Amino acid sequence: NQLFIYPTFGNEFMAGCRWNPVDGFSDRLLPSDRWQWSDISGLEHRPLDGFQLPSGSWEWEGDWHVDENHEGEPTEKDGWTYAMDFPATYTKDKKWNSCVRRRRWLRYRRYKAMDNWAKIPSQQTTLPDPFSDISCGGWEVSDEPRGRLSLWAISIQGKVWFREEISHHNPEGSAWVEVPVPGEVVQISCGPGDLVWAVLWEGQLLVREGIGRDCLKGTSWAVVESPNPEVGAIHVAVGMNVVWALTKDNKVWFRRGVDSHNPCGSGWISMVGEMIMINVGLNDQVWAIGCEDRAVYFRQGVTFSELSGKTWKAINVPRDGDRSHSSASANSLHSAGCFFSGEVRAPSVVSDTESDVENPPGDGAMSNVTFPNEDHFEVAPGDGEVDAVTSTQAGGPDPQWSNVDLEEAQIQHGQMGAVPDCADSCSLSSVATYTLTMEDQFGADEHPLWAWVSGGGCSVFNLCFFTCLPPAVLQSVQSMSLSVSPAQTAAWRKQIFQQLSERSKREMDDFKHYEQAIEKSVWVKKGAMQWWRDWKPHKWVDVHFALEQFSGADGNKDGILFVYYNYHDEKKYLHAFINEVTILVPVLNDSKHTFAVYTPERTKQRWPIRLAAATELEMYDWVCIQLNPQLNALFLTFYECNDVIKDKMFWRQVGGHLRLVECNSLGIVWGLGYDHTAWVYTGGYGGGFFQGLASSTDNVYTQTDIKSVYIYENQRWNPVTGYSNRGLPTDRYMWSDASGLHECTKTGTKPPSTHWTWVSDWVIDYSVSGGTDKEGWQYAADFPASYHGSKTMKDFVRRRRWSRKCKLTTTGPWQEVPPIALSDVTILPCAAQSSVDTVPLWAISNKGDILCRLGVTLLTPAGTSWLHVGTDQPFKSISISAGSQVWAIARDGSAFYRGSVSPQNPAGDCWYHIPTPAKQKLKQVSVGRTSVYAVDENGNLWYRQGVTPRYPQGSSWEHISNNVRKVSVGPLDQVWIIADKVQGSHSLSCGTVCHRLGVQPMEPKGQSWDYGIGGGWDHITVRGNSMEPPHICLSSRT
Amino acid sequence: MADDKDVLRDVWFGRIPTCFTLNPDEVTEREAEAYYLLLPRVSYLPVVTDKVKKHFQKVMRAEDVEEMWFEYEGTPLKWHYPIGVLFDLHASNTVLPWNITVHFKNFPDRDLLHCSSNSVVEAHFMSSIKEADALKHKSQVVNDMQKKDHKQLWMGLQNDKFDQFWAMNRKLMEYPTEDGGFRYIPFRIYQTLSDRPFIQKLFRPVSPEGNAHTLGDLLKEMYPDALTNDGEVKRYQILIHGIEPLLETPLQWLSEHLSHPDNFLHICVVPVPTD
Repeated sequence: NQLFIYPTFGNEFMAGCRWNPVDGFSDRLLPSDRWQWSDISGLEHRPLDGFQLPSGSWEWEGDWHVDENHEGEPTEKDGWTYAMDFPATYTKDKKWNSCVRRRRWLRYRRYKAMDNWAKIPSQQTTLPDPFSDISCGGWEVSDEPRGRLSLWAISIQGKVWFREEISHHNPEGSAWVEVPVPGEVVQISCGPGDLVWAVLWEGQLLVREGIGRDCLKGTSWAVVESPNPEVGAIHVAVGMNVVWALTKDNKVWFRRGVDSHNPCGSGWISMVGEMIMINVGLNDQVWAIGCEDRAVYFRQGVTFSELSGKTWKAINVPRDGDRSHSSASANSLHSAGCFFSGEVRAPSVVSDTESDVENPPGDGAMSNVTFPNEDHFEVAPGDGEVDAVTSTQAGGPDPQWSNVDLEEAQIQHGQMGAVPDCADSCSLSSVATYTLTMEDQFGADEHPLWAWVSGGGCSVFNLCFFTCLPPAVLQSVQSMSLSVSPAQTAAWRKQIFQQLSERSKREMDDFKHYEQAIEKSVWVKKGAMQWWRDWKPHKWVDVHFALEQFSGADGNKDGILFVYYNYHDEKKYLHAFINEVTILVPVLNDSKHTFAVYTPERTKQRWPIRLAAATELEMYDWVCIQLNPQLNALFLTFYECNDVIKDKMFWRQVGGHLRLVECNSLGIVWGLGYDHTAWVYTGGYGGGFFQGLASSTDNVYTQTDIKSVYIYENQRWNPVTGYSNRGLPTDRYMWSDASGLHECTKTGTKPPSTHWTWVSDWVIDYSVSGGTDKEGWQYAADFPASYHGSKTMKDFVRRRRWSRKCKLTTTGPWQEVPPIALSDVTILPCAAQSSVDTVPLWAISNKGDILCRLGVTLLTPAGTSWLHVGTDQPFKSISISAGSQVWAIARDGSAFYRGSVSPQNPAGDCWYHIPTPAKQKLKQVSVGRTSVYAVDENGNLWYRQGVTPRYPQGSSWEHISNNVRKVSVGPLDQVWIIADKVQGSHSLSCGTVCHRLGVQPMEPKGQSWDYGIGGGWDHITVRGNSMEPPHICLSSRT
Repeated sequence: MADDKDVLRDVWFGRIPTCFTLNPDEVTEREAEAYYLLLPRVSYLPVVTDKVKKHFQKVMRAEDVEEMWFEYEGTPLKWHYPIGVLFDLHASNTVLPWNITVHFKNFPDRDLLHCSSNSVVEAHFMSSIKEADALKHKSQVVNDMQKKDHKQLWMGLQNDKFDQFWAMNRKLMEYPTEDGGFRYIPFRIYQTLSDRPFIQKLFRPVSPEGNAHTLGDLLKEMYPDALTNDGEVKRYQILIHGIEPLLETPLQWLSEHLSHPDNFLHICVVPVPTD
């Protein structure tokens, strides 16, 4: 069941004090001073007890307290910061000239109207007439503040209203503002980006212009004539880059040439089909209701490059009159499997349905609400009750509505939420049914007449087999697992397994002494590669490369890898037995397609066999197809079984693509993708670019990941034309990568490898550190320099960053945990075999909220729901110790300890601010049994001194090491790091896995480092290891 | 075993213990001993009987050796059928090993095709694959392959290299998910008691209503007599690779997992043993 997390945030109050010679600092202020209790600007009087919650949808979490953290730095006791006068820059140090001081009081409030309908208080503004249509969007306008949405509404009189100031902190918005329109509007549609179209009574269409990041409301309307001058338009639906319209004769029209720059588009294209209602869901997928049969249709074949799609497909949407929602789930699954080419995925749940909201029955005014799927937002305007509509009786003068009360609506959301768990990797059509209470209106087998559909919660990915993705391997994996999984337990399958095994017994067991008809021979594959040679000076040399494979009668195979090279004109070779190869690591770099082959011996030497193939395709051919099929994962997370005997590591690679993995000793494993999607390990193995058919199909699911590729547009100022793309001859490329050394144009830049495909267009990235101006530019005196977000006199160059998203589809034993995107996760590293029922799991959402997962057990590693933990600022790292001590690092680099976390109170009760090491901003924290280690932004590793059960916050930080990228502390306080600039690992000096030696109960800091497997690692966790030997450690790389 | 991939492996590594004896009418210099061999079910007789030929040629004069052919209980064995099919069709439910008689004279031209070398078998094998892909994908996949890919399929079979073969063959087993299966299922139904070589017609894996066709659906249309009606005593066994899949097994799954390397699903309908 899904819970949505709504924001909590601190209400800030400043308590001011002025120093006077008599009393020192006192609350007696000068008459001209600010209020003693004020907001942060000091202009508004804010007594502590005068603050009210904005509405009934909020609740307090805890009481007022003093914030002892000043911009990431700890303050003196009591949290005062000092300045010469109000208002000025405050510092934490009291100086001789500090005449005023202030401190911040905080109290957390929490939005509690989750997963249900929150009535928007109507007293804020008086609306002249009820709403008849409402549309919500704008959540993909680039780099807008979090939680910001556009909400447009139409009143009965045809006026258009815009809801102001909807944000993460204020999901209900603040007020309705009327937007003047040149006519009476009947219907409006707002896309996830900057498209807003409306339909006028007279049949023309209105397009809102001037919508952007800084002006969601837009500036003006443009009129677009109806596609057919004889027949007016009646309905419009917009998406990211598409506009679909219906005219009064039920014809369907697609608007050509619509994009951000030209929201009006260029012309209409008539489409086949007659529809009465149309809706555009996520990634511009189209849903409609047929005119004749009132069935729900899905537009098949809508892709990024072909937005108008190919054909209409009717979707079989059963109406579950008996409220057995499980059957609804199964059916929607079924329809997903049957009708969609590729996978259908519902990242979120709440908006799978289109619910109509109606004013009290009898009023006759009906309005509807659409939700964006990933934003925490629900609304019901006016005094409406929540009603759900399955059907109107066509032509009937008095539509029959059915009421579903709030409780049931919630249950239904919950049920739908369970669907992704039982489906393999893809599930769920976008249409759910609400139950009709007046059953007798319909015969049991009569199919429902649909009145409204919304695809808001349904993300559809079309994978065109044979055409779309280059490696055929991927597709066969998918088609096979898709065709197979639903019937995994079918009787016919068991029968085949059983009979095959009987056949083997009957025909082969007694005749093993017979000669094989075909002698086992060696299969040699040869090739030319380059090899990073063993002796100095190290460089790439051309080598011959051979893989000899042989297999026994039982089909088990082995092989030897030979590298033939010349050493001082003498022919030599080195070899590796494939069975001994522990890991294959593709190292993507610009000029070469390289991979490293590790064996236990080579790991000990920290010197893998590094090989480079001529082309990417050739490399994949070798790595995936030819080398050991058990070791075939390519974009991977590695599952490392790791003996305590130093440096002897055994690995198992599993498919999948993740940025970060965390686990505990019970085997609960969570991973996070580059797109911040949370995944839970299902216990299978294989997947990825699996070869040799050696992996399991059980528990292997399709996994996708999305990451952004960045390029920079550079410009230089000249006196004639101002900024232009004409640089100096010595300048960097006008389109380049971050370094400026490589040219990267919009058209020439490719996804990271052939396994990635573009899924969006280039957009300006405003979220660059240092800030940007309104057009995304950053200014500097010259290339390369430090950039800032506003132009000054001294700036002669500027740049801006463009980003484009690309997507990888692979397979692996991972299942998505929707819907909240996470940036960090930690699992209590319990002692092995301990019988904990629920396992504490904490996470940080990609927005910085701290979350606590409920219901995580060995049987249900995905848990059930998120509990939100109040904070006043965004966080970036979190870790929980074996003793339930939770430590976290805020985005400003300050450290916090969460008090009173226990099984009874899994979320704890309050945050303690922990002073950071002098002048350092912390980046990551990991806590083991008792040890607390943190890494700061300058790569220093810190150990927390004086942590005792009585005083878990500890007393001070002690510096351990530098050049550390990441730390992981296990449940036995074993310390592993990923370090840079490690000696002895030659060319692979970055991202070496190291292990702290000499860690004893009395010596938790340990003594020295032991350097292990080297090269290119980004993430490590040893939190699954709670037994002395052997232990488990998970690790991932890019 | 709970994995569909294991089925492919079991199918590939299926072996029939065979005892080859020389036809007593052959002229030999000394007595020919029987020769025992494990024959791969998915291969073809000429591919795997080099050793047999050598064994018996040792006791024969060169001038008495003509083209080798095999016979089981009076029935000449067609080399262009997979070995497993020959066994299921003619010798299932008999005591193992399978007793095959080896002949070097009197080649039965009316019953058997001549096979001068393995390249003939290769040509036959590749034409079967192409025919199957024509049914499955309008030949798109096999035509997109290069010559060396075709060679890899054949070499995989000839040298009993499962991975080598399947690295390529998996491409032939793909289909667009929205179609729910291949265009047509390449199948052949063999009967013992018929003069017709086999039944082969067009049959889709999915019904027009969108339901997956099963093995039972196929037989009902192609060979209804093979099915046992209610109240009847079972007369026929439906054998694929020596096993009897349930009639409700989806045909598409069978085609993907129980096809022979030539990409055809070879189904044998044999009478239930009377004993």
